[in-house]
Amino acid sequence: MITNSRFFNRSELVGLISLVLLLVVILPLTLDIFRLNLVAKYLTYAFVAIGLVLCWGYGGILSLGQGVFFGLGGYAMAMFLKLEASSAANTKIQSTPGIPDFMDWNQLTQLPFFWKPFHSLPFTFLAIVLAPAFFSFIIGAAMFKRRVGGVYFAIITQAIAAILTILIVGQQGYTGGINGITDLRTLLDWDIRTDHAKYVLYFVEVAFLFGAVVVAQFIRLTKLGRILVAMREQEDRVRFSGYSVANFKIFAFCAAAVFAAIGGAMFTLNVGFMSPSFVGIVPSIEMVIYTAVGGRLSIFGAVYGTLLVNFAKTSLSETFPQLWLFGLGALFIAVVLAFPSGLAGIWADNIQPRIDRLFASRGEKSGNGLIADGAPAE
Amino acid sequence: MFGDYSLGDLGAIFAMQGFAGLILFSVYLLMALGLAIIFGQMGVINMAHGEFMILGAYVTWMTSNAFQHFVPPLFPGYFFVAMTLAFIASGSLGMLVEWALIRHLYRRPLDTLLATWGLSLILQQAYRSVFGAREVGVELPDWMMGSWQATDAIQIPINGMFVMGLTILITIAVFYILFLSRWGKQVRAVVQNRVMAGAVGINTEKIDRYTFGLGCGIAGIAGSAFTMIGSTGPTAGQLYIVDTFLVVVFGGAASLFGTIASAFTISQTQSTLEFFLSGSMAKVITLLAIVVILMMRPQGLFALKVRK
Repeated sequence: MITNSRFFNRSELVGLISLVLLLVVILPLTLDIFRLNLVAKYLTYAFVAIGLVLCWGYGGILSLGQGVFFGLGGYAMAMFLKLEASSAANTKIQSTPGIPDFMDWNQLTQLPFFWKPFHSLPFTFLAIVLAPAFFSFIIGAAMFKRRVGGVYFAIITQAIAAILTILIVGQQGYTGGINGITDLRTLLDWDIRTDHAKYVLYFVEVAFLFGAVVVAQFIRLTKLGRILVAMREQEDRVRFSGYSVANFKIFAFCAAAVFAAIGGAMFTLNVGFMSPSFVGIVPSIEMVIYTAVGGRLSIFGAVYGTLLVNFAKTSLSETFPQLWLFGLGALFIAVVLAFPSGLAGIWADNIQPRIDRLFASRGEKSGNGLIADGAPAE
Repeated sequence: MFGDYSLGDLGAIFAMQGFAGLILFSVYLLMALGLAIIFGQMGVINMAHGEFMILGAYVTWMTSNAFQHFVPPLFPGYFFVAMTLAFIASGSLGMLVEWALIRHLYRRPLDTLLATWGLSLILQQAYRSVFGAREVGVELPDWMMGSWQATDAIQIPINGMFVMGLTILITIAVFYILFLSRWGKQVRAVVQNRVMAGAVGINTEKIDRYTFGLGCGIAGIAGSAFTMIGSTGPTAGQLYIVDTFLVVVFGGAASLFGTIASAFTISQTQSTLEFFLSGSMAKVITLLAIVVILMMRPQGLFALKVRK
């Protein structure tokens, strides 16, 4: 049920078109392949950020464990690529040919059972979507059915991120340990390391990203999105109205998890490796700041926020490595204290009214059907 | 598994492993006490708690260096000065942070979490810029070196016993302050009913600031004690923050007894498992058990009923 006659209202359409222009035309034309590949890496985080808009901005559920789902998706993809890269012909110098090199280094003599299904690409794609969905469903069901939320949920998801990192680092023989899964070569015999492949993968990723934007927009505009907002503002009233609050929360959390996992899989394809340093507590919280900078209520804002923070990170840490952590820390504080609705809030308060005035002279009105963008969630 | 050990050896191993667990317990408890005050009593998530602890550790390191250079005869007693200085440094930084940051965010706990995370990043980089990225270790005075030979097979390090003794003293002091002093009564009044506490003339803002300062100060002492058993680096605080939060949440957020009980359970479980499994698996199993228990019993071990 779509409450608005148009799927994107005018200001959102402008946002969508400018994002398409930026990602599909401007960036590929102006950047060399190395920088474009960096953009591709940043955009993988944008998937997580869009998920967080739904889950945190609309649902009011702050998950500090999105790195877990990013990692699940990324590792699933990496396992498939690694198996393809470690064919018997490629690994004949090992004492056990046909298994990934790090297993050989750790004295494993056969492929562990949970690696075997990853020989198949359809299974891998299924695993990328279903494993995080299943995992987040269990976490969500256990927590939200008992009405645990807010701060406790944040701490527990953070603990889960810590557990998964320790597990991956500790079980070197099965996971590649601290180095992660590296030296990925081909996808169905198509070399993913060439410049041409990087261009193709970039556009595939952008296409997926717009798919995610449309799905998120759909969720936002349907009755479901309204219930999420209502729940965030007055959880008890929604419960008294007969809705199952827990189920809606579980849904929002699962959706965010699946988005993050797709981002993770894209990360592996574009960057060419996956390691526990993208799973733990630090990256998980950093992903939250992308959403916060972009505006926790704005889907496009999340994409812009991700790009902006990462550009700042790369350029600052290239030139003044000392300054970057100060800058990131200050960003956390500034976003929370001064701009709780992020870039999107600044846009809506300062720039949007002027554009509206420009159009208003033609006697039109815009901004109908916007869902209450009120105060940010706790 | 036990075949190679005689019964006496096994007993000694368990005793020493238990003692290692007790030292871990002391560290957890010292860190968690400060957090239990801040998170449990005030409901503020302070992700920079580990960095306050590290501040205490660096203060201790500087004090020990200063004593070594300027007044070597007094070196054996430097620790008591260092601990006081650590408390003052972390406590005053805590009060400053409360004034500048936390008090604007009491109604938005999740935002406090993000802001204090930002603070922790800034503090980490500041430590790195000032003290360098390398870990620093404190030189212990002679009387803290060595170990006490309890039996032939059991050796107990003296610095570990010192840390345990310190933990017991600080726990007693925190209990005294919170449950027997007039100020503690005011803190508990504010926690239980902020509006009513304000109505009977308690300056709730001032109480908040001092409570936060006290919690951070205790973190500073924890850091000071931490230098006795390990070295200090700019990011050492981050390693402990999740563990510490789990200790507090597992114990039941508003209950100090719960914090003690959960610190004990977690540290003993972990150090016993460490004997049978690798260190990382012991940690994974311990954390996983806590998370599963918390999912089934979200209010923690000891729940305190509080009117919101």
